[in-house]
Amino acid sequence: MIEISNVRKSYGDTIVVQNVSLQIPRRGITSIIGPNGAGKSTLLSMISRLAPITAGTVKVDGLDVTKTPSDVLAKRLSILRQDNRVTSRLTVRDLVEFGRYPYSKGRLTAEDRAQADKAIGFLGLEALSDRFLDELSGGQRQRAYVAMVLCQDTDYVLFDEPLNNLDMKHAVGMMKLLRQAADTMGKTIVLVLHDINFASCYSDFIVAMRDGAVVRHGPPAEIMTSEAMREIYDMDVEIREIQGRRISIYYT
Amino acid sequence: MRENRPSIHGILILAALATGVIVLFMTVGAKGRWDFILPFRGMKILSMVLVAYAIAVSTILFQTVSHNRILTPSIMGFDALYILIQTSLIFAIGSAGVTALDPRLLFACEVAVMVAFSSLLYRWLFSGSSRSLHLLVLVGIVFGVLFRSLSGFMQRIIDPNEFVVLQDRLFASFNTVDGDLLAVSALAVLIVSIIVWRLMHVYDVLALGRETSINLGVDHNRMVTIVLILVAVLVSVSTALVGPVTFFGLLVANLAYQLAGTHGHRFVLPIAVLLAVICLVGGQLILERVFAFDTALSIVIEFAGGIVFLALLIRGASR
Repeated sequence: MIEISNVRKSYGDTIVVQNVSLQIPRRGITSIIGPNGAGKSTLLSMISRLAPITAGTVKVDGLDVTKTPSDVLAKRLSILRQDNRVTSRLTVRDLVEFGRYPYSKGRLTAEDRAQADKAIGFLGLEALSDRFLDELSGGQRQRAYVAMVLCQDTDYVLFDEPLNNLDMKHAVGMMKLLRQAADTMGKTIVLVLHDINFASCYSDFIVAMRDGAVVRHGPPAEIMTSEAMREIYDMDVEIREIQGRRISIYYT
Repeated sequence: MRENRPSIHGILILAALATGVIVLFMTVGAKGRWDFILPFRGMKILSMVLVAYAIAVSTILFQTVSHNRILTPSIMGFDALYILIQTSLIFAIGSAGVTALDPRLLFACEVAVMVAFSSLLYRWLFSGSSRSLHLLVLVGIVFGVLFRSLSGFMQRIIDPNEFVVLQDRLFASFNTVDGDLLAVSALAVLIVSIIVWRLMHVYDVLALGRETSINLGVDHNRMVTIVLILVAVLVSVSTALVGPVTFFGLLVANLAYQLAGTHGHRFVLPIAVLLAVICLVGGQLILERVFAFDTALSIVIEFAGGIVFLALLIRGASR
């Protein structure tokens, strides 16, 4: 379980995240939604120790993320941000094998290689595994990074907008994959998503943020209502139930 | 791993080339007694190898932590600081005073000041909310200019005789290397190398960027500080031995990336060191035997190296 208590983040006088207290349950997919500038990515960065916390604590399985050694945490929790640029020339396999670094510190064992193969297979990257990252399309590169964090084999996997750069087919494929990882491997996956319909269809739990605070949280059925959408996005959104799923229609 | 074989081949070929150049340097044009020539040239070779090593390793590590392949430590004002230290010393206590100081103690102080400067600069720039590389470079350039102007100012108002002494210290060549200083430098480089070697696995991860390396469990701030301190020591060593050599590191590092064909620092670092030895010893050989000391080593290296570098860039662009 991820326990967030009274977390605040401010840059000078600007408060980005204010007094967020939240418990993210073990197993399953939790999506964080909300308008731009709501503090979603900042919250995710603080949970994953990428950004310092101004006040409050975050505990992952009882480990305080600011006090636990980084290499211990790297075996429990992994994070993938949206913009990943690499200056060195790496192949997909090289990148995925970096996911084993917390365990092997650069000396790969046979088991590490097997894990890397598994992650490459899981993402369907076998044919691309010897290609260099700079020769891939944005979506392929995104999948390679996802393979890396899955290869890290942590209980908690955090993604900041994993659907960026992906077309419809690959976006659906990615969400199905994450669902599968949560269901079959027992992972706890936390996502920042912009497309609320994906959040509605694939999450077990949705956290809605606005102006640096959590305004609503609960199962998709509770969040996917016109009333909640108005509160979160300040927008009139029609919610329809289509084939048992709540879909919002906000395009016009 | 499948990409290892060509790299190991490359390292062996380069090692053979480097040995060849060193043997040539030791023997070509030798007239007279070998028991004089060998120790005399051996000292030169040792200092060149130390400098080559220091420049190659410091440039590659600096480029790794700054995620940029056209930066060198001199951008951060490292060698300008060295010039400033030398100038202030002569300015404050005079050349007689400086000569009276133990060179080993002086060297230790210089390294300490440079390490303190780099870690301070890093702490100040990276502990805040902004972690902009451009800011770091800009501040480095501004500091470099400040240090150079301060040195220039002091150089203009000191006694002309003192200035000659100072100039001699700043443009020390491989022909006037102090034996004591060489021993201290070798010791410093050895200690740094042990640390560099022990951290070998971290550099590849650091090259992935701050966020990815934190995700993989690397204490990014601490590691970058350590690497910058190592870089500061290496730059001090090379600058203290021969004076500032700026373009050389950039050239060797980029040639090494091109030749290595892999990202692994355990290949790139040895290749860069061997290339640096070949360039430096080869350049000095050409300087001594072809141009009969009529020109400066940096001119030879930068002319030949620049052409190779351009050729590589053009080849890379057309690929």
